[in-house]
Amino acid sequence: MAIKPKLSERAAERNMAEIEPAYRPQEATIEADRCLYCFDAPCIHSCPTGIDIPGFIKKIANDNLTGAARTILRANVLGASCARVCPTEVLCEGACVLLDRDETPIKIGRLQRYATDHAYESALPLLHAPAKKSGKRVAIIGGGPAGLSCAAELAQLGHEAVIYERHHKAGGLNTYGIAYYKMKPSVALAEVRLVQSLGVEILTDTEVGKDVPGDEIMNCYDAVFLAIGLGATYSLGIPGEDLPGVVEALAFIEELRMNPLDEVAVGDHVAVIGCGNTAIDAATQAKRLGAKRVTIVYRRGPEDMPAFEYEYELAKSDGVEFLFHTQPVEALGTKSRGLEGLRLVRTEPDLNGRPHNVAGSEFDVPFDMVIKALGQQKLGETIAKIFPGVTIDRRGAIERDFATGITKHGNIYAGGDAANGGSEVVDAVAEGKRAAAAIHVSFTDEAPEKLVQTTRLGAPDGATGAGIDKPVRVVELERAFRAGDKSHG
Amino acid sequence: MADLSVDFAGIRSPNPFWVASGPPANTGYQANRAFEAGWGGVVWKTIGDPIVNTASRYSAMHLGNTRIAGFNNIELISDRAPETNFEEIAEVKRRWPDRVVVASLMTDTRKNWHDYMKRSTDCGSDAVELNFGCPHGMCERGMGSAVGQNPEVIETIVGWVMEVAEIPVIVKLTPNITSVKHAARAAKNAGADAISLINTINSITQVNLDTFAPEPLVDGKSTHGGYCGPAVKPIALNMLHECAADPGFDLPISGIGGISNWRDAAEFLALGSTSLQVCTAIMHYGFRIVEDMKEGLSDYLDARGCASVTDIIGKAVPNVGEWQNLNLNYKRVARIDYDKCIGCNLCYVACEDGAHQCIDLIDPAGYGLGPGRVPEKFIPQVREADCVGCNLCSLVCPVDDCIDMVELRSEKQPMSWKEYQKRLADGDMDPIPAHP
Repeated sequence: MAIKPKLSERAAERNMAEIEPAYRPQEATIEADRCLYCFDAPCIHSCPTGIDIPGFIKKIANDNLTGAARTILRANVLGASCARVCPTEVLCEGACVLLDRDETPIKIGRLQRYATDHAYESALPLLHAPAKKSGKRVAIIGGGPAGLSCAAELAQLGHEAVIYERHHKAGGLNTYGIAYYKMKPSVALAEVRLVQSLGVEILTDTEVGKDVPGDEIMNCYDAVFLAIGLGATYSLGIPGEDLPGVVEALAFIEELRMNPLDEVAVGDHVAVIGCGNTAIDAATQAKRLGAKRVTIVYRRGPEDMPAFEYEYELAKSDGVEFLFHTQPVEALGTKSRGLEGLRLVRTEPDLNGRPHNVAGSEFDVPFDMVIKALGQQKLGETIAKIFPGVTIDRRGAIERDFATGITKHGNIYAGGDAANGGSEVVDAVAEGKRAAAAIHVSFTDEAPEKLVQTTRLGAPDGATGAGIDKPVRVVELERAFRAGDKSHG
Repeated sequence: MADLSVDFAGIRSPNPFWVASGPPANTGYQANRAFEAGWGGVVWKTIGDPIVNTASRYSAMHLGNTRIAGFNNIELISDRAPETNFEEIAEVKRRWPDRVVVASLMTDTRKNWHDYMKRSTDCGSDAVELNFGCPHGMCERGMGSAVGQNPEVIETIVGWVMEVAEIPVIVKLTPNITSVKHAARAAKNAGADAISLINTINSITQVNLDTFAPEPLVDGKSTHGGYCGPAVKPIALNMLHECAADPGFDLPISGIGGISNWRDAAEFLALGSTSLQVCTAIMHYGFRIVEDMKEGLSDYLDARGCASVTDIIGKAVPNVGEWQNLNLNYKRVARIDYDKCIGCNLCYVACEDGAHQCIDLIDPAGYGLGPGRVPEKFIPQVREADCVGCNLCSLVCPVDDCIDMVELRSEKQPMSWKEYQKRLADGDMDPIPAHP
């Protein structure tokens, strides 16, 4: 048993090929033509960024791909990555009215990809920053989806946006942390270039609070948007955790995204600890890179797993095994020989459903690689120290108003995982977009029209699209903006 | 099983389904295949003095995922020698004595018409069809629709033909005309035995936006063609009805125009066709489509308790009349079945922007979550007091039977526009207030 690259370049590329390849033109037209072109469509309501989905699909059906891409990118600058990584089953496609006619919902994600691919392949200049600038400057801390979205929106509204990114490349988890078979890093980096093309400056390898002090940021900018994402993976807190062969899921995924696939080392028998979407990503990719056996170890049962149902199904179809109601108590091995296995223990839920170890149920299983996927730590506390006046909530996330992103510090806004505690790329984009709108209001006292992707003319409230669970309507946003204004004096 | 056989101007046909004059009826080989598939008759591709065709010849209008909703051609009559066609007709008739073969003819002078008539009769054709309809190419030479557009010319030429006719003469009419009734009457006046309609409609299906020339493209140029296929069915049905309902016009009619399945066929029969001709659907799918046509029509007739297809011929004719005789006091309104509604709101936007603003989007609270899957999403509700019963919402609704047009009992007696005008003139009633 050894941790080493297992597959040839060709085999690895084949295994990691996109699970949803691009549509051919006729496939796209046929699919687009199935769309009913609903008015005030549920899919729009269910998209956090409020893309006019029936509008862009109609354009695809009408052979107006450029227009389709324009509709998408104006509402969601990261439309290409969202097309690939959005959990469409629980968002737009989950709201498709065709489900109520007992039919397959429109493949919105794949159509969105088809249209945005066209924009990138043809290098169409679809988004523009106005020549006349407002003179206002906004610092954006973090170049992930929320930061890129906020920066792009501000640039299009005529404000100067500067992104501070501590990594070597911008894009955040889109660049470093998405399963390879869902999206290649090149897609995320193309989106970064799109944002840069709007005049947004991105300072990489620059960590605020270390390379640049917080008060310097506060002195140089008119507003700040915090989009710092999440921190390191939680540790297991068990003996042997520092043995060679025990790695973090995000580090493993980053390594395979930043290196040729045939150079990425993987074990023969891999354990993945945790059962969120990142755990599934790590497990399936380990399997696809040639691991003989991959086992997900989860202390609760399948009904409790945070991973989406279709992610679970994907892992099962990849041959990933699951050990439910089990958790590790020790990583076995020595520094010289490395990891040899895990000592596991059975768990059972107490009256409150919390898992507890069952005494005497320990058993050992040989593994040569353990991937930790227990979720990431919140960075709220760190950021609150760098930016006094910013507060954090019970979970350690930055406290902010949901609709505007404004924090307790009236000039600092926050969004993305750092503020919502960890959610989808599309949520981060939406929060960046809403914060940009609120910042714009604070600068100009005018609400940006573009924010609202309404299709509803007759109804009293236009739809902005803010997710099934938390619908945000235009009236609410406007109300929030007005409240924000008052707090600014 | 209902009897599908018909007697069309004295011609017995085992079923009403004939292959129309066109590319599928070009050769004896095709006629054999058609009869093997079960067609009752073939109207041969129009025979006339030899012509030369172009490449390309056809174009189409696709509608979404539906290919060939409408079809356009610039092909001329048969490019084969007349003697070849007549020899093949003779052979096909020998082989299929119980089926109908009609020679379609197009020529110019009285002498030529006499000649083609005699040759058609000699080769054993059951009837001839005079092509007064083709709207492209041949009309530039004074034939086809150039004839059909002028009732006097129709009468003259039919008169020439009737001088030597020993077999039934069918006159095929063009729809590219102000009123087809005059053309039909001219054919009758000259002694024709039957008419067939419609031929194709002048058309340009699309313009190529790279070359700025329409399709079908012929070396960078094009010409208008003849339109047919499913899209022309409504036009054909109306013209069929115009002739079938024309007082004093009693010739049998062979219905043509977009017939693609048994239901289309039944509708043509109901509006007065005795035989039916099909071309585009065969060009799209082949002769095999006749199986569904015969079976579907037969099952339909059985279900209605009709012993013969002739039982439904003309059945719908009396139910179509002039607008002025329609009942102005008849009321119907749209009702939405919320168990079926999927929340697409197409009815709302259609009514709001395209009709009479009688549908509101309302808070779904009173209906639970309502249709669609998004909480708080508004749902459509018809304001019945304002609904004019136009049908638009039910037409755009993508769910079968979701929006029902419900008849409301009117307390008023039926009154047509004609009666209304009389009552106004007689001072029996006040004018109906104008719609706000």
